[in-house]
Amino acid sequence: MIRQTAAELAAKIHRGETTSVEVTQAHLDRIAETDGKLNAFLHVDTEGALAQARKVDEDVAAGRTPASPLAGVPLALKDVLTQEGIPTTAGSKILEGWRPPYDATVTRKLKEAGIVILGKTNMDEFAMGSSTENSAYGPTANPWDLTRIPGGSGGGSSAALAAHQAPLAIGTDTGGSIRQPGAVTGTVGVKPTYGTVSRYGLIAFSSSLDQAGPCARTVLDAALLHEVIGGYDPMDSTSINAPLPPVVAATREGAQGDLSGVRVGVVTQFSGEGYQPGVLRSFEAAVSQLKELGAEIVEISCPSFDYALPAYYLIAPSEASSNLARFDAMRYGLRVGDDGNRSTEEVMSLTREAGFGPEVKRRIMIGTYALSAGYYDAYYGSAQKVRTLITREFEQAFTKVDVLVSPTTPTTAFKIGERTNDPVAMYKADLCTIPSNLAGNCGLSVPSGLSDEDGMPVGLQIMAPALQDHRMYRVAAAYEAARGPIGGASL
Amino acid sequence: MPSISRDEVAHLAKLARLAVTEDELDLFAGQLDVILQSVASVGDIAAADIPPTSHAVPLTNVFREDVVRPSLGQQQALSGAPEAEDGRFRVPRILGEEA
Amino acid sequence: MTALSELMDYDEVIEKFDPVLGLEVHVELHTNTKMFCGCANVFGGEPNTNTCPTCLGMPGALPVVNATAIESAIRIGLALNCEIAEWCRFARKNYFYPDMPKNFQTSQYDEPIAFNGWLDVTLDDGEILRVEIERAHMEEDTGKSLHVGGATGRIHGAEHSLLDYNRAGVPLIEIVTKMVPGTGRRAPEVARAYVTALRDLLKALDVSDVRMDQGSLRCDANVSLSPKTTGELGTRTETKNVNSLRSVERAVRFEMTRQAAVLESGGKVIQETRHFDESSGSTSSGRTKETAEDYRYFPEPDLVPIAPSREWVEELRGTLPELPWERRKRIQQEWNLTDEALRDLVNAGAMDLIAATVDAGAKPDEARSWWVSYLTQQANTRGVELADLPITPAQVAQVITLVNSGSLTNKMAREVVTGVLEGEGEPDEVVEKRGLKVVSDDSALEAAVDEALAAQPDVAQKIRDGKVQAAGAIVGAVMKATKGQADAARVREIVIARCS
Ligand SMILES: [Mg+2]
Ligand SMILES: [Zn+2]
Repeated sequence: MIRQTAAELAAKIHRGETTSVEVTQAHLDRIAETDGKLNAFLHVDTEGALAQARKVDEDVAAGRTPASPLAGVPLALKDVLTQEGIPTTAGSKILEGWRPPYDATVTRKLKEAGIVILGKTNMDEFAMGSSTENSAYGPTANPWDLTRIPGGSGGGSSAALAAHQAPLAIGTDTGGSIRQPGAVTGTVGVKPTYGTVSRYGLIAFSSSLDQAGPCARTVLDAALLHEVIGGYDPMDSTSINAPLPPVVAATREGAQGDLSGVRVGVVTQFSGEGYQPGVLRSFEAAVSQLKELGAEIVEISCPSFDYALPAYYLIAPSEASSNLARFDAMRYGLRVGDDGNRSTEEVMSLTREAGFGPEVKRRIMIGTYALSAGYYDAYYGSAQKVRTLITREFEQAFTKVDVLVSPTTPTTAFKIGERTNDPVAMYKADLCTIPSNLAGNCGLSVPSGLSDEDGMPVGLQIMAPALQDHRMYRVAAAYEAARGPIGGASL
Repeated sequence: MPSISRDEVAHLAKLARLAVTEDELDLFAGQLDVILQSVASVGDIAAADIPPTSHAVPLTNVFREDVVRPSLGQQQALSGAPEAEDGRFRVPRILGEEA
Repeated sequence: MTALSELMDYDEVIEKFDPVLGLEVHVELHTNTKMFCGCANVFGGEPNTNTCPTCLGMPGALPVVNATAIESAIRIGLALNCEIAEWCRFARKNYFYPDMPKNFQTSQYDEPIAFNGWLDVTLDDGEILRVEIERAHMEEDTGKSLHVGGATGRIHGAEHSLLDYNRAGVPLIEIVTKMVPGTGRRAPEVARAYVTALRDLLKALDVSDVRMDQGSLRCDANVSLSPKTTGELGTRTETKNVNSLRSVERAVRFEMTRQAAVLESGGKVIQETRHFDESSGSTSSGRTKETAEDYRYFPEPDLVPIAPSREWVEELRGTLPELPWERRKRIQQEWNLTDEALRDLVNAGAMDLIAATVDAGAKPDEARSWWVSYLTQQANTRGVELADLPITPAQVAQVITLVNSGSLTNKMAREVVTGVLEGEGEPDEVVEKRGLKVVSDDSALEAAVDEALAAQPDVAQKIRDGKVQAAGAIVGAVMKATKGQADAARVREIVIARCS
């Protein structure tokens, strides 16, 4: 049962061939069986999940229309989204034990859609990382090879999918945290257009880049979930008041296998030094496949994309240094060093020192530096200009092509611990995914097979203009159908 | 440009309310320097005539009607407080100016 | 605290220095909801009841701008003759303080919604001074802290503090003047007059409660001294916690005398925040201000820019009410006042009260006479502003009606007003309680007159001889005998009748 897709499970539940409780229990059992090895979940809400499942089953039994096409299907929620009454930590010690008094908009929509939230998944602390090694609650392992990272920051969600702990998951993507984990675990991850999925209740890392999105094992499941969580939200000022792109319809169209007339741009910047040969071979094969499906392949050069990584590592830490200021031991979360004598200032500093991990502190320091008056123009200001250039190059590219493609990440999953002492090497995992975050457009990662040298999954990234998310779903669905299954994780 | 000193790191830590240890000061001084060197290249293409982008989507004038919505209530507001007293958040003594 | 000996005599200050003023006024808007969330914006209330994830700075919560607050900001800008930005943003001002839930204040920085305006301020002698407005920008208020332990309830010496975030996120407009030089001796007066004019304007716009005592209007007074010998600009201090119009004046004056003494003794004025103490009338050093570069301002990524269309701005201009100076002009004409008379009324803070009393049915002359004489006297004795006397214009109008109908004499009317001021209730109730009724029973009055005539036979004779003005002595005696509760005109009639 746990090998089935969300769409299949939903259909069976809605037809009464199985129940949501059965499906949910199967996944809870799978979690119990495997999570000791994976550490994908930080919290499992057995009671809440079963209660929601029973509600869906009652609806089906009573002949009521299911709340959504995914009603009754279990899901793993990244621990960066609030869920009322359920511990929410963002992977940080500083929020240990905090139970939010409110639901994120995404969480509310999931509940309203009858989706069963199994629990909260592990992540790099405050979504800062590409390996889930920065979690205060220990790293998550990659189900394909337990000695390797599952990507990050949403490694808990991607591992849960790959290990069949859940057929659906939610991630958030600030610089690639949905797509890169998708790529290295052989799952599908989508960063929707910025402003199309509400950020209300998403614990902010970098407000102008963060975007929640769907994670699944198939493109169709991702599309179905995308339509559940997306849409305008008046609680988020950066939410776009426009109809959600028709991603499910585009997926069904793409699955027919015809891409004739579709112009696909290959970004020339994303290859060469630093790219694993097996990853590049998998990517080239994928491009050939797209051509066979009828797509026209065009090479596109975007020179400013080379500056995306440095721009990102200024903008994101700057915003983060401010977003994370609220964790101060006054209103919620950890409080350290309050001995009755120390001042508020001391307790704040001691708590933040004890509550944040090294990567978070490092980024707070970088951001604090980049925003300082003497450095603002050289760092933050310049980074914002690079952002303009990248946006312009995307716009130009999209006058020539419908979608852009690249490898999702330069290498397959690296070994746990391999890059922990070299932040700059670690940051390169997001080389190909960051431009879409800076420009606010959309990106998707779909498995493109396994790298021939290490047998680990590789992702194909497809990028489209803002509000044209359906284009990448169409291409991804066509590709996925043509390529066929890549096999499954060993776990 | 950067060659970030230990003192500068200490100042940043103070601004960011991080009680960093002596060891961390050294570690961060080194790492920040490397990271800042590697990101300084943004200045290479950031010409004066390029407008900065602060927001990914070109929205303006997003407002909310001035209509009261339900509040959390005192109990919920204080539910996560490390310490509370008389319906208020209790915090250690505050240094600094009169609020 | 600064000892008196450390202050320079005011005349000497003026001889040696030119004061330069700068005023920053924070106004809490009285919108229904807060600046960025739907929590009720009300003064007081049980602690932390008007709070939500957004104004508590909880993880994940986001701000959404209150449309009415933007409208109010634009209307204030227009009334202050400002330009309204075609495009502007909010920024984050980053610093840690426990009364600020996010540890940054969402505030406008280098892109204020209104800028380059002016406000004409009428000084005590009627001179009009134009104060230039640098900017009016939007921001949010902080929560309130209660300091527990220690002797004073103040921050120093407190053992711990308690935080209430009901006020956190209340919309604020910060109005900043350009430097106001050249006011000389009158600097303190100018400061007060400016805040008064601004308060009246905001009241007319109906955007704020403008209650200095409740903190809905707060003034920070920046003062520096420029030595006359060099003309160089001095270092300024920023005095906070100035909670009344009178305090604005006192604080500026104090800072002038303090800074002058520091400079005179060869010292340096430190750029700092100072705290005004109402009881001593002095300022004391607060925290040395974190330098501006430490705030790390950057555009607020959670809010999108504001670009008020010119049509919208003009539509809002159309909603501006009669502004205080326009109203003053109209009232001057309607009441037929000289410039001087109008100025006296305005200075005394009496014009609005008189206008309200007229609105409640009194004639302008009668209303005016009450407010500028007896009530002004009462305010002075009690050491409060005229407007803060515990009597309403409607109550004054009622008293005037009672006098006009003959049921109170002027003297009794004053007693009724005193009763109201003492909290004895409505005018009717005071009349009742104090037994204030004109003695209109003629037979009683006749008896009293006869008694007085008998007591002063020579006066009686004079009246009989036709010296009518002598009647005053008898009337006086009768009024005394009846404890003032007689209608003096009627008594006089009776005296004349008895003697003819
Ligand atoms: Mg301010
Ligand atoms: Zn609120």
